[in-house]
Formats: sequence, structure tokens, C-alpha cells
Amino acid sequence: MQHQDADIVIVGGGGAGLRAAIAAAEHARKEGIEQRILMLSKVYPMRSHTVAAEGGAAAVTSEEDTLEAHFEDTVAGSDWLAEQGVVDYFIRHAHRELVQLERWGCPWSRKPDGSIQVRRFGGMKTARTWFAADKTGFHILHTLFQTSLKYPEIERLDEYFVLDVATVGGEVAGVIALQVATGELIALRAKSVIIATGGAGRLFQFNTNAGIVTGDGMAMAFRHGVALRDMEFVQYHPTGLPGTGILITEACRGEGGLLLNKDGYRYLQDYGLGPETPLGEPKNKYMELGPRDKLSQAFWQEQKAGRTGKFADSDVVYLDLRHLGKAYLHERLPFICELAQAYINVDPVTEPIPIRPAVHYTMGGIETDAQCETSLKGLYAAGECASVGLHGANRLGSNSLSELLVFGRLAGEQASQRATATAYADIESLQQQVQDQEKQVARLREANGSETWVGLKREMVQAMEDGCGIYRDEQGMQRALDTIRELKSRYQDIKLSDRSRIYNTELLQCIELGFGLDIAEATCLAALGRRESRGAHQRLDEGLQERDDINFLQHSLVFFNVDAPAQLRWQDVDTRFSAPAVRAYGDAGKGA
Amino acid sequence: MTTKRLSIQRYLPEQSKTPFWQEFEVPFDDSTSILEALNHIKEDMDGSLSYRWSCRMAICGSCGVMVNGEPKLGCKSFLREYPGTISIEPLAHFPVQKDLIIDMEIFLEHLAAVQPYLINDSQDSNQTHKQTPAQLAKYLTFSDCINCGLCYSACPQFGLNPEFLGPAALTLAHRYNLDSRDQGKAQRMVQLNREEGVWTCTFVGYCSEVCPKSVDPAAAVNQGKVESAKDLLINLFKR
Repeated sequence: MQHQDADIVIVGGGGAGLRAAIAAAEHARKEGIEQRILMLSKVYPMRSHTVAAEGGAAAVTSEEDTLEAHFEDTVAGSDWLAEQGVVDYFIRHAHRELVQLERWGCPWSRKPDGSIQVRRFGGMKTARTWFAADKTGFHILHTLFQTSLKYPEIERLDEYFVLDVATVGGEVAGVIALQVATGELIALRAKSVIIATGGAGRLFQFNTNAGIVTGDGMAMAFRHGVALRDMEFVQYHPTGLPGTGILITEACRGEGGLLLNKDGYRYLQDYGLGPETPLGEPKNKYMELGPRDKLSQAFWQEQKAGRTGKFADSDVVYLDLRHLGKAYLHERLPFICELAQAYINVDPVTEPIPIRPAVHYTMGGIETDAQCETSLKGLYAAGECASVGLHGANRLGSNSLSELLVFGRLAGEQASQRATATAYADIESLQQQVQDQEKQVARLREANGSETWVGLKREMVQAMEDGCGIYRDEQGMQRALDTIRELKSRYQDIKLSDRSRIYNTELLQCIELGFGLDIAEATCLAALGRRESRGAHQRLDEGLQERDDINFLQHSLVFFNVDAPAQLRWQDVDTRFSAPAVRAYGDAGKGA
Repeated sequence: MTTKRLSIQRYLPEQSKTPFWQEFEVPFDDSTSILEALNHIKEDMDGSLSYRWSCRMAICGSCGVMVNGEPKLGCKSFLREYPGTISIEPLAHFPVQKDLIIDMEIFLEHLAAVQPYLINDSQDSNQTHKQTPAQLAKYLTFSDCINCGLCYSACPQFGLNPEFLGPAALTLAHRYNLDSRDQGKAQRMVQLNREEGVWTCTFVGYCSEVCPKSVDPAAAVNQGKVESAKDLLINLFKR
């Protein structure tokens, strides 16, 4: 068994992981100490799903905007389930992070005078979203990756698949990883470990997410007793391409795009988002610039009412950008034009884009405190895999790119700080865990049961889509939970067809499925337990269709048990600045 | 459902040191991409087929393969575009590790070699630089590279000499050299002026043809040659 030591191990090389790595390096330099920072990714960092974020990153920027306004928008957007102290920290640090990226070379779009251009986004009172055309995530990721090359103390192990977190005496001691190219296991001893592995959108059949977004890090922390928080809140992005689910950015609507049903009617005015705003005059928090949960719910209602159109097998509504004109579309939304043309053969300059909601973002995740540390000492989490408490029941578009910078940095600094005052765990005490992992991997590679990962995965994503969709009911969620539990037991009887060691991608997909099933169970449990409707969790059950602050102004926490079903508990929400109020948009939300 | 035949070059180093070809008959419609066909094969026909993929929307750069001998992104090439049997091979000019998976390490080394980050003497400011849309437009296209490596498979010079920095790395160097916020050009020119820098390029231009993001590396490399010529000349006078 090989082993290596690093002061800080970072699992995941996306935006949060890279930002954390640079922050840790800067922190160590400032303290005048040498630290080795090791970043592991199951892919090359620039393949990470941050790359696919399109629209932008939010921060209070213009003179007319205020920190209070960004705070209010985020808290109302969360349906009052955000941790308000965390939101306060976030809105105060977002701008600094976007400036930092500019200093590192991010090609932000500009005004004619050379200053930063901002655009409108849903659920935000005013334009405060920085963007790099419609490839913001791509440019952020590549800027961070390229900047990280400046720091020799940041070392990478690309295409290393982390299997487990190692612990000794109730504290983190490192990670155990599989080198994908060889199939060899390696133990990495660390004083601090940061999980930055992204969300779990691939639990669902129809999603905007990359194939790698399988929730690995969430499951690892969960299996070590760290709670998964608010997992019932799964964001459906209102505009994905039919067939593939490829993301069509909210920036389309920020720039003035319209949503039409099959009759060419702007149906959002019937769902508390009106009155209709004039063509070419998008208005913040009205109509197409409502929040994502409300827009996806409106699609579902239109579909029920038979007012959606058809594109191949999909029910769709239409995103109309034609009035923006070719020159403007090619400047502001070039990637959208490319995607629509390549994947559904539609030119947005001349035709509306057929779209439908698709699972996009995991609002919940690994519970951390406001400093990104989990209940397992020395284990940190940041970005989409984490629940630091920013998004509550519904995330506002463009808050997550800023989040991974603000909290990626904080996690990196905290991890570096801890590493200055901690010793490595005794290597002998890691051996048992390493051997257990080796046995498990060997067993899985040779597994010769009667189930395939493909079969089980297909049933999982179908069950989640059916049971934990845009609207939910008791029966459907229970059915999903039962199915997931059945799949978990059938997973024990799996069979692999590839027994090789070198690049055994089937083995990895199998392990990912195992992670996914644990998270899916947590999601169903939390969804069933939340007997109210809030944000992205909307129930059809009689008497549970409204928000219930008396009983459910609470975070859900799900805890893993080795030999028993996972367990649901509740946790108070930090509402120190803003008491829960009516969440309204359009004219109904005037002044809010 | 209509089907199409894919002929895939397999390489399973634990079984044999020799690559072999294997054919698969896959269902397809107008929207089926090469990547979706590979996923269909892996999920329903042969779980041992190995290849890289992730975003399936032409932005992560993982799924480059040779399709009928041309470097392509699997996710952005469609079965409907090819009559007859379609041949799929790993990207040319890179060592193959298994099936369609190539060794990317040399590519990453070349990227890192050109110091692809802003170099300037104002690190500690907490203000943004001014950069007008015209200044941004100077380098923006060259910043769109997704590191897929297709241009390296297209480049005959990289095929002959893998030490050649190659189209993507030279483009990235040029992108930073053109950035109004950067002062690191002198440092980067050392790499560009080397024999394995811009001068290895013989201006075939195939790199720009195959680029799935229209980055135009050939233009970047040749603008780099002009810069390198100037730089060499200036150094000559300084001597």
C-alpha cells in the first residue's frame, strides 16, 4: 500500500476545490509556514461541472444596490430556510471574491468604459450578476485552474477516485483513493480534508448535470456520521433542453427572454408573477425573472392543464429570444445559440427554444457550521456538496458561483489554520481502514451476482423523478423510499462485467451508484418528513400545501446508520435578522 | 428503430498488447450523438468499453475521439452525419491507455509551461482593472479553449515531436500576452521562442479546422510567430 502525507487534502477539483486550494496556499504563505496541499479529482480539474455554469455570479456592485437588498432576496428566495448569519457573511464577501477573480484574469464582460457589466437574474431586486458572456462557470473554472498552477505547494492527483474519508479517534485522518489509471489504492494522510465534490443531480433521470455529478463526497461524509441537511430541496431549473436536459441559462430571461405556452401566451402572469411586463423591458422579480421554484411549478401546472407543446416525446414550453436580435444574442448568449443549434437544431435568432424543467442543483448537502467545518473534526465541505445554509428551500440563480468562491476560500483558510496546530494521525491506525477498502474494492471487482449497475441506476433515477419531482405527495415519496431501500439491498447482489484494474470505469460507476443510493434514501426520508410546502418542496397532500412555520421552520437532518435505516431529525433555523414573512413576487411582492 | 454500425478500436492492455477492432450495431435517431452511442454500448452491450466523458454539452472537453479519422468531440458529433459504418479510435498522437482513453499528461505539462495566468506587479489591489470591450475582444476568442486536445491530434508536428508545445498551449500563452492586464509577455516569450515553441508550427492550419469551439489556434500561433520574430530581433540588437 502506497501512502503520502499532505497537510491539506482537497477532494474535488471544481470551483470550490480550486478556490480552497489557492486560499490554503495563500494562508500558509501569510503565516510563513510550509504546507503541502494535495488536490484529488476523479477527472481532470477543468472537466469539473463548474465548467457548465452559464449565467453568472452575484454580488452587490452598483451604487443603487445594497447589501441589505441581496440579503433580503436570498432569504426570501430560500423561503426563510437559509441560515441568516451565513447569508450575511456571504453577501459581505461575494464582491471581494469576484474582484479577486478579475485580478486573476477572468474575462468578465464589460461596460463601454471598461468597468464590470452586470445583468438581471431571477428573484433578485436589481441587476447584480457578473458574467463572462454565457460561459461564466467555464471562465471561472479555467481562471482558477490556471492560477493554481502558480503555486508549487498545490499538487494534484488527477483521475484519483476518492473512496472514503479516513478517521482516527473521531477526527479526520486523511482519505483513501483509487488511482483510476492503475486501479491501485493509495492512503493519503492529512491534517485537514476538504470535500468539494459537487451536487447529486444524477440521482434523477432528467437533469442538467454532467455524468460525474453523483454525490460521492456527500455519501462519504454521511457514512461517517455527518448529517446531510435539507436534502429534500432539489432545484428544478425551469429551462433545460428537451431530450438531453442540457442547461439553457436563466440569463436568457435576464436579458429579456419570454416564456410562452403552446398558445404563445406568457403564462407566468397566472402564477403570481404578473402583471405582464412589456416586451424588451424585463423587470426584476416579475414574470420571467421570478425564482426557479415558482417557474418550474408553473410549468407543471401548464402541463396538467394541457397547455404545453410537444418536442419529440417531451412536453415543452417556449423560450422566445427573437426580439433581442442576432448581434445582441451572439454577444451575450453565444453558447446558448451554439447549444440550441447543435442539440435541437433551433436557431434562437429566428425560432423560440423549446424547453422544460430539469433537475439542476442540490440545495441540501453535508452539514457544516458557518466556517465550513463538519461535525467530524478536521473535515470541511464547500460548494454544492455542502449545506453551509445559504440556499434554504430554494437557491437564487447566480448565488452558487459566488458561494463556491466565498466558502471555498473560507474552507481553505480554515483547513490551513487547523493544519498548523495538528499532527498527523498514526499511520498504523489508518491501516485497518485501508485494508477494509481494498477488500471492498476487490470484492466489487469480482462481484458475480444477478444485478447490474445499469439496471439499478435506471430504477433509481426513475423512482426519484417519479417520487421527488416538482410536486410531491405522500404516496409517491413513500414509493420512492421503498424502491430505494429495495435497490440498496439488491445492490449487494451486483455483478460486474469488467474485472480489469486499468481504467475500470464500470467499477467506478458501480461505486458511484452505491453512494447515490445512500443519498437518495436521505432525500426521500427528509421529503417525507417535511409535512408542509416550502420553496422547492411542494406537496399535493391535503392540508400540506402551505408553508407551516409553526412546525417546520426547521432544517431536516438525516443521519446514517450502518445496520439500520437512516434517521431523520430537525434543527432550528437561524432567523436572527428577518422573521419569516409572506414570500411574494410580481405586484403582490411590491416593496418586498 | 434504425441502427448504425460502429467499429471501435479497443485496447485492453491487461489482456493483450495489441489493439483490435470490435463492431457494434446501435439504435439511433436524428439526435443521437457519438457519445450517446458509446454510452448505449457500455450500458447495454459491453460494460468493459472505456472512454472519458462528463458534461455531454461540449464544454468540459473530456470526450475527444477520432471519428472516421477526424478528431471530434463525441458529444457534438452525431450519427446522422455519417453514412455507412463509423470508425471510432482514440485521439491520434497521444499514447493510448485503454480503449478510447489517452494519456493527457504531456498536454497538461505544455499548458503549465507557458505560465497561463496573469503576471503583473499589482497583486494586492482590491479594485478591478479597467478593460474596455475592445481590449477584451483582443483575447476573448483565445480564452475559449476547453482543453479537449483535438488540435493536438490534428497537428502533424505534435505527431512527430510531442515536445512541441502545440496549438492549445501556444494559444493560451497568446491569450495572456494579449490581455491588457498582463505584463508577463517577456517571461512567456522564452517558451515561445524555443525550438519547441512557435517555430515548430508549419502552418498546416488543421488545428483550427477541428477546433470545436472556433478558437482558431492557428491564428494565435502565427501571431505568436510575429511576436517571437520581433522578440528575437530586439534581443539581437540588445546583445
